[in-house]
Amino acid sequence: MAALDLFESRLREESMRKRLRIGSGAGYAGDRIDPAVVLAEEGNIQYLCFECLAERTIAIAQMEKQADPGRGYGQFLEERMEAVLPRCARDGLVVVSNLGAANPPAALEKTFEIARSLGIGGVRIGAVTGDDVLEAVRSENTVVVETGGFVRDLGDRLISANAYLGADALLPALQAGCRVILAGRVADPSLFLAPMIHEHRWDLEDWHRLGAGTALGHLLECAAQVTGGYFADPGVKDVRDLENVGFPIAEIDDDGTGILTKVPGTGGAVNLGTCREQILYEVHDPASYLTPDVTADFSAIMLKDLGQDRVRITGATGRPRPETLKVSLGVRQGYLGEGEISYAGRGALARARLAGEIVSKRLERRGFRRSEVRVEYIGYNALLGFLAEASFSAPGDVRLRVAARAEKKREAERVGEEVENLYLNGPAGPGGARKTARPLIGIYSAHVPRDRVKPRLMIRDVP
Amino acid sequence: MMKKVKLYEIAHSRAGDKGEITNISLFPYAEEHYDLLREQVTARAVKSHFGDLVRGEVVRYEIPSIQGLNFVLYGTRMGGVSSALELDAHGKSLSFGLLEMEVDLTEAGNGYR
Repeated sequence: MAALDLFESRLREESMRKRLRIGSGAGYAGDRIDPAVVLAEEGNIQYLCFECLAERTIAIAQMEKQADPGRGYGQFLEERMEAVLPRCARDGLVVVSNLGAANPPAALEKTFEIARSLGIGGVRIGAVTGDDVLEAVRSENTVVVETGGFVRDLGDRLISANAYLGADALLPALQAGCRVILAGRVADPSLFLAPMIHEHRWDLEDWHRLGAGTALGHLLECAAQVTGGYFADPGVKDVRDLENVGFPIAEIDDDGTGILTKVPGTGGAVNLGTCREQILYEVHDPASYLTPDVTADFSAIMLKDLGQDRVRITGATGRPRPETLKVSLGVRQGYLGEGEISYAGRGALARARLAGEIVSKRLERRGFRRSEVRVEYIGYNALLGFLAEASFSAPGDVRLRVAARAEKKREAERVGEEVENLYLNGPAGPGGARKTARPLIGIYSAHVPRDRVKPRLMIRDVP
Repeated sequence: MMKKVKLYEIAHSRAGDKGEITNISLFPYAEEHYDLLREQVTARAVKSHFGDLVRGEVVRYEIPSIQGLNFVLYGTRMGGVSSALELDAHGKSLSFGLLEMEVDLTEAGNGYR
């Protein structure tokens, strides 16, 4: 019996060693860089995926590309590549990312230069394009989901149109042996699903496995949000060492089930609470989580806490993928003007309210529509409105914030100026006025037939 | 005697955004409170709790395998995160708005936390 146990535990160890391990190196464009380095150095992972492209980020990148054809790739591309390229060359770590943003070919050139400057050779870099469908949606009768109008009627307000590519678009790069893959718009979980499909040789119509793998990809895509970030609430949900939070790793079996964990010794936690909250994050119907790859079903997902920051994930499945691809449209929406100023001590809230009324009246006189002006009191009701007002007593430290939308930048700047003017013209005891005005980019969506989107792969070898 | 508590005392929650829609998940700390949440924290009750913070409807999904409820709130952020006027353009703080809701613990005993 003991011998059999020993045999079984050896067998388990063996399969552990071979098990596919994928790390999540970033959960948004500006995310920390050092946790990805820890994953690359100590994570014992074969793949490191970076999700760095929010909906708005690609529209901004598109504007950068229009201004300079050599730019428009992801923010911090250089720093991230400098941090992980040595590991790609030395241990065969494969980096999968959407760091190409609006310009994957430019990201490829930049990464090539960085590899050369670091003296790194023998690395194949791939750029995946084809997500940019701006010309196609302009020339066809594509409908905007949110407005019901045609995309072409958005005219020059339309900045960008990018289809969400699926895992299938990344497979040629993996098959070609790329160590660094730089794509543009790819559905977040697909970045993680692609290496699972590639390593486990899953069929692209094996909906059950694709759904199960998508659940793991979904848990990984926001990085620290499953390892204790966006979770801590002192005294209720305590999390250790968030200043050193470890980014997540998934160990994935051939059947699509897996274990979520992190590098031992890093901060944060992987437990039932963190995994439960993250599996439903940004999910609507948990039985129909749509990606370009599959209609994933998390409605019977099971989590088992194995201890030591290891949680086993089973029970996710899937059904056939949607017939069309979702397109994210970046649309110019004028400018946002903002101003803030603080009041403290006795009567702070009353003085802040008086200040808010003064600015509202002044903005109305300037032609701002009431529906496009927001007045809130930070420290009192800015985040939760009446729900916070009802629950908590009036604070002795209140910050007025006024935000308003305008067509022209100069108009938007008036908002902050009116707030700043309160120093001399408003209630007693103001402090710390700040003002900003910035372009607003709205995001709309549309759907295009799959045959309108043709992913392409560019390869460059660093000799 | 009625024993009313804020959801914050017995449950945890996370908010996420997609365009003008916010989803808020809700999980009890103690397994035995799941049925109580199912009974009392209905879509209608959540819609009424949030008042004019939610312009559209509220839909609820149940995920019993992880003792979860998922509320989808339509119309919380005009224009979505990228063009909302709110300080919290994402609406990430709304989970703590849900946790301000009161539930009646009378039937559930005192075994929480």
